[in-house]
Amino acid sequence: MSLAIDCTGLTKRYRGVPALDGLDLQVPEGTVLGLLGPNGAGKTTAVRILSTLLPPDGGRARVAGLDVVTQARAVRRVIGLSGQYAAVDEDLTGFENLDMIARLYGLGRRNSRERARELLARFALEHAADRVVKGWSGGMRRRLDLAGALVADPKVLFLDEPTTGLDPRSRLGMWEVLEELVAGGGTLLLTTQYLEEADRLADAIVVIDHGRVIARGTADDLKRQVGGERVELTVARPDEIGVASGLLGGMATGELVVDARARTVTVPVAHGTDSLRDALHRLQSGPLTVTDIGLRRPTLDDVFLALTGHTAREDK
Amino acid sequence: MSLPQPLGDGLVIARRNLIKIRRVPDLLVSATVAPVMFVLLFGYVLGSGVEVPGVDYREYLMAGIFTQTIVFGSAITGTGLAQDLQRGIVDRFRSLPMSPSAVLLGRTASDLVTSVIVVIVMTLTGLLAGWRIRSSPLDALAAYALLLLFAYALSWLMAVIGLSVRDPEVFSNASFVAVFPLTFVANTFVAPGNLPHVLRVAAEWNPVSAVVQACRVHFGNVSAAMPPPEAWPLRHPVAATLAWVAVILAVCVPLARWRYRKAVGR
Repeated sequence: MSLAIDCTGLTKRYRGVPALDGLDLQVPEGTVLGLLGPNGAGKTTAVRILSTLLPPDGGRARVAGLDVVTQARAVRRVIGLSGQYAAVDEDLTGFENLDMIARLYGLGRRNSRERARELLARFALEHAADRVVKGWSGGMRRRLDLAGALVADPKVLFLDEPTTGLDPRSRLGMWEVLEELVAGGGTLLLTTQYLEEADRLADAIVVIDHGRVIARGTADDLKRQVGGERVELTVARPDEIGVASGLLGGMATGELVVDARARTVTVPVAHGTDSLRDALHRLQSGPLTVTDIGLRRPTLDDVFLALTGHTAREDK
Repeated sequence: MSLPQPLGDGLVIARRNLIKIRRVPDLLVSATVAPVMFVLLFGYVLGSGVEVPGVDYREYLMAGIFTQTIVFGSAITGTGLAQDLQRGIVDRFRSLPMSPSAVLLGRTASDLVTSVIVVIVMTLTGLLAGWRIRSSPLDALAAYALLLLFAYALSWLMAVIGLSVRDPEVFSNASFVAVFPLTFVANTFVAPGNLPHVLRVAAEWNPVSAVVQACRVHFGNVSAAMPPPEAWPLRHPVAATLAWVAVILAVCVPLARWRYRKAVGR
């Protein structure tokens, strides 16, 4: 199996502060890699190096078999990049944006127009095609930016935090678009701060912190390490904590976590909403008042807590 | 489709910039209102108080105002590039297999179009205010050509500054500080002969003075009654202007390309 992205020992410093500290990434052709990490972990720097925008200080990186430093121009021909902030021109219409990008990929006048119309239709932006982007919603701009990255049918696509800053509804919409894209094949490197996003879209996940890899594997591997889903409940009085723990101990797949001050009990479970129903059922039999209960999926913070012993934001 | 790639790509970028000017005319409006104001204010306020031998001061002044406006106008190049950088658009361009010079070529070309519009507006305002070209059409054409050539060269200087500061607001402050003395310590408004020694030398060798002098001569807004300039650049203003243009381009084109290749948004 050949590698679409292959980098070893990438380093990059900004004014002496390491942004990447020996990053290794291998992404087989036709797969989706989720690069997961908190703000400042080095995700954007990695994407910028791999997309030829930034030269690395050290290490080696090949994209589609081409060296990102010595064969940068050739790399640019086979990649698509969609950044963290939608890099579309606000003063142009949606059509003009895509038409311009297509022209700059060297598609020629006729083909460029066709390609622009095609992509606008594919991303459900036809109705806004001839309106200036300034008036578009955040979700629409992201889709346009993504369309821009797809103009030349790239072999390797880089998406840097494609849903950061979007409202939940637009995020869901974006995920649907990306799932469709992923289903069509092609290699994708996606950076994200959301475990859920990586879980949903990526075949493999690499967790980075301080510019180096701290864990890699599938979403399931990570969740196993983190402990997967859990039921979290809050009781009304401190003395009820023991009662709740007693009632729920039997269904836990791991150790219960008790926070006496917040009066919460966290129970690792295996069956999602079924487990939640089960927990409610068990709690009915006891003399206690549950003020809050819910199913919690592991977040990036949980992953970090499990991997490093601190949360993602703590040490900054 | 036989254009070399930098030119073809440059045209695509220039077209984009021109669409933007049409759609957001604020920049063009402010770039043309300012010269109208300059012509009227300087022309009538200063023009009523200052005497130059042999020529109406308002006529003498026009070449200065033309040049000053062109110099101020060249700042658009830097503003535009800093804005594209800040908005991540340069990142997108740099990730495309396009010619790395195209963004700069396109930018400076579309800004040259703006300069042409500005020059036309100023000419009309000047004519209304009583300014006359008293030379041959060919001479006048040469003056306009030098003016635009100088504007084009300065565009590249502004590109270097814009790509270095990366923030449109910082750029507009920085360029103002650079451009204001450049256009004032010159023969723009007064003959440099009466300035204190250091300022006088600076004014005589200021590229702006060469352009102003070249325009003044070629528009025919000078008279034999004026004391002839002593400094070499003012005695040979056309050669001096061309030399400055060549020097600015020779330094700034490679610098701007280098800054662009290294430019990273935010």
